[in-house]
Amino acid sequence: MSIFKRKRSVEVVSGDIANREVEGLSQGQIVRRRFIRHRGAMISLIVLVAVILFVFSALDFQLFFIKYHGWWKYSFTDQPEIRTQGCPGGLGGCPTLSLNPFGAFGLGDHPFGQDDIGRDYFALVMRGAQRSILVMFIIGIVGGIVGTVIGAISGFYRGWTDSILMRFTDFIITIPSVIIGSVIGYHFGNLGVTFLALYLGLFAWTGLSRLVRGEFLSLREREFVDAAKVAGATNRRIIFKHILPNAVGVIIVSVTLIMSGAILLETALSYLGFGVVAPDVSLGLLISQYQDSFSSRPWLFWYPGIFIILIALTVNFIGDGLRDAFDPRQRRRISRKERSAERKVANA
Amino acid sequence: MIAYLGRRFSALIIILFGSSFILYNLAAVSGDPTEALRGSTDPKARQQLYALIRQLHLNVPPPTRYFLWLKGLLGVFTGHATFGVTRENIPVTSLLSQAIPTTIRLILMATIIAIVLGIAFGIVSALRQYSRFDYAMTFVAFLMYSLPIFWIAVLLKQYLAISFNNFLANPVIAPSWIIVASVVSGIFWAALISGTRRKVQITFLVAALASAIVLIVLSLTKWFAHPGLGPILVCAMGIGIAYFVTFLSTGFGNKPAFKSALAMPIIGLVLYYPVNYFFKHFAGLLTILVMALVTVLIAILVARFFAKVDRGPVIRTSIITGLLVGLIIIIDRLMQAFVPYFNTDAVNGRPIPTISQSNSLLPPGNFWFGLLDTLFHLFLPTIALTLISFAGYVRYSRGTLLEVLNQDYIRTARAKGLTERTVVMRHAFRNTLIPLTTIIVVDFAAIIGGAIITERVFAWQGMGTLFNKAITDLDLNLLMGVFFVTSTLAVLANLAADLLYSALDPRIRVVGK
Repeated sequence: MSIFKRKRSVEVVSGDIANREVEGLSQGQIVRRRFIRHRGAMISLIVLVAVILFVFSALDFQLFFIKYHGWWKYSFTDQPEIRTQGCPGGLGGCPTLSLNPFGAFGLGDHPFGQDDIGRDYFALVMRGAQRSILVMFIIGIVGGIVGTVIGAISGFYRGWTDSILMRFTDFIITIPSVIIGSVIGYHFGNLGVTFLALYLGLFAWTGLSRLVRGEFLSLREREFVDAAKVAGATNRRIIFKHILPNAVGVIIVSVTLIMSGAILLETALSYLGFGVVAPDVSLGLLISQYQDSFSSRPWLFWYPGIFIILIALTVNFIGDGLRDAFDPRQRRRISRKERSAERKVANA
Repeated sequence: MIAYLGRRFSALIIILFGSSFILYNLAAVSGDPTEALRGSTDPKARQQLYALIRQLHLNVPPPTRYFLWLKGLLGVFTGHATFGVTRENIPVTSLLSQAIPTTIRLILMATIIAIVLGIAFGIVSALRQYSRFDYAMTFVAFLMYSLPIFWIAVLLKQYLAISFNNFLANPVIAPSWIIVASVVSGIFWAALISGTRRKVQITFLVAALASAIVLIVLSLTKWFAHPGLGPILVCAMGIGIAYFVTFLSTGFGNKPAFKSALAMPIIGLVLYYPVNYFFKHFAGLLTILVMALVTVLIAILVARFFAKVDRGPVIRTSIITGLLVGLIIIIDRLMQAFVPYFNTDAVNGRPIPTISQSNSLLPPGNFWFGLLDTLFHLFLPTIALTLISFAGYVRYSRGTLLEVLNQDYIRTARAKGLTERTVVMRHAFRNTLIPLTTIIVVDFAAIIGGAIITERVFAWQGMGTLFNKAITDLDLNLLMGVFFVTSTLAVLANLAADLLYSALDPRIRVVGK
């Protein structure tokens, strides 16, 4: 049994290579390099951006006065006739997407099929993914801002402010997120997805604020803060110009965590019926509506799930890449090739 | 210590008070239970409206109404604590006392399996940092992390329940499946073992061939239709377990430990028929507990026989082996009950259910049928919950072990010539468990909150059902009851985590100011 066997004496050489590579670079440059080198995170970033562009450009939408015409021919409210031609077993509305390069390759008329009343499922899934991504970003931004502000204030001022704010955080942290989300979602879901996300974001900051507070507590004792104080900087300036830039790693990483949690929370709430409500569409709602038709029309179930996983997975990987990139203890993994090249140089 | 506990408990009560106050008001302002009646043109509606207002104290503003609810709870000091009644006049306490055991049963097994598997895979992943196994594990963990449980549940229902039930009608495994499964198993074991390329290839071939042979035998004998192990197989599996446990617990260098571990399956073989006779006449949970106790006693005696000095590790090894062998004997007994269970009218050849927590049509009185029924109903929810929470433990135990392995005391341990097994299992693994315990305890409370969705998917009648009902009915008393239980568990778990941490880690001391 060789589970416990390990390779020896690689750390020293690797450390040398890694140290030499970051010489003379700014913190931001190091972080960026580390992130770009994280293959999973980079692929995920590209995939996520592609998914967002694809999803949002597919359908018409209106942003204030700008009207945008999507490249997809149906909207999620259209009800074209149910297509039965070419479907196995005489079922209506089967998907026309074909990845067979020698056959009818292409999207076809209804790539993801049609639902029971004939709505184009591709348009529905695109709309649902739009909602989910929107909710994810709003919750991330709102939660990030509120958490940072509360954490920063309580870590910087300490004393009574800290006690009160942290007790308040404890109050909210005690309530499970599904419970608070359902209470909010059930009653504010009909106000539209933006409001739902805003409200949910107002309760998603607790973990982040604790981390930021911890970061502030340790950073405010550092010499550069004393120097700024002696130089006569105001508290606001110290917080925003001196401490916050140093805490940005923690904030970004936990915002991505909030976001990946948010997309699962939103879909779960919609699934329970406490989130996005009809006539609007969300990925969780689609799954909950069509889970019983899995055996007869599985496409109604597969596509929304695949999009949820795709979005959540890429966000998780990006978060992992960011965490590695911001972690000062993290060293790049040096490949065997580089190590042997290094040894050759040393021996020569 | 007492001062510390007192301080923590007072903080805990303040937190519970604050969060329940916030949730009560949030829930109260976000929905109006009289809405349906107000819009009604029914002449009786007005009277019903007043009755409802009186019943729910709607004329009292929410912040004050909260204290009416709290008054019921504070009755704990006079012995009349109450969560109030639901809108149908059923006491919330009675509903909760039915729902809590169901929810606990739902999540307990999944949590234990997720912890064991998660820690095991996380540790192997850390020991093989940057290997293909590590990368694959990272990807799998993130994938599971991103799975919506209601989605995976539908897949499980289709492929593990419905398809498997169909498969049981004619349990012949298709050749293509045998090939795929063997290759997967070969890749898995090959990835687990590090070493030269030749060794990896051999491992792959052996694992793949072994799996193929096992599957072919299972298929040819139609084992799935009438499963069973028999005394010989029980003993053989027990010997395998003895090897494995000795390897992890003490290493093969400790001869007494190895011998006493090997003695356990032999004793199991000898006692196989007496135990089964015992099971036949005194089936019950108590019997199993007594058996476990007897097993521990035998294990201690065997260990004392083989080891004259340094008995601790030997006793530990033989107890673990003995209990696992006992578990296999119980599984064997359950398999014997499977065919009659399978043929009852209530099951009718479809043993794996997709919904609900028990089969009410099953004739009562047979302990093994009841146990099988419970286990089969737990099957799908447990897999779904395990898949989801397993990922977190893998990531966390991997990260912690990597951190621990970089510590100076690990280098010292290696420098004084300890084997790598001792370094990893005794010095590193134990210290990895310290932060893990706190995570596990806190997680357990979070899982109870998350069980709401799982219960909905699998139609279990637990806390989640009550919660759904409370929200859709705008039933504040019921909602607060559910919330109070989950959040009390959450804060108590936090406290327990802190206490455990200070008990496990001597560097951390609780201070009672």
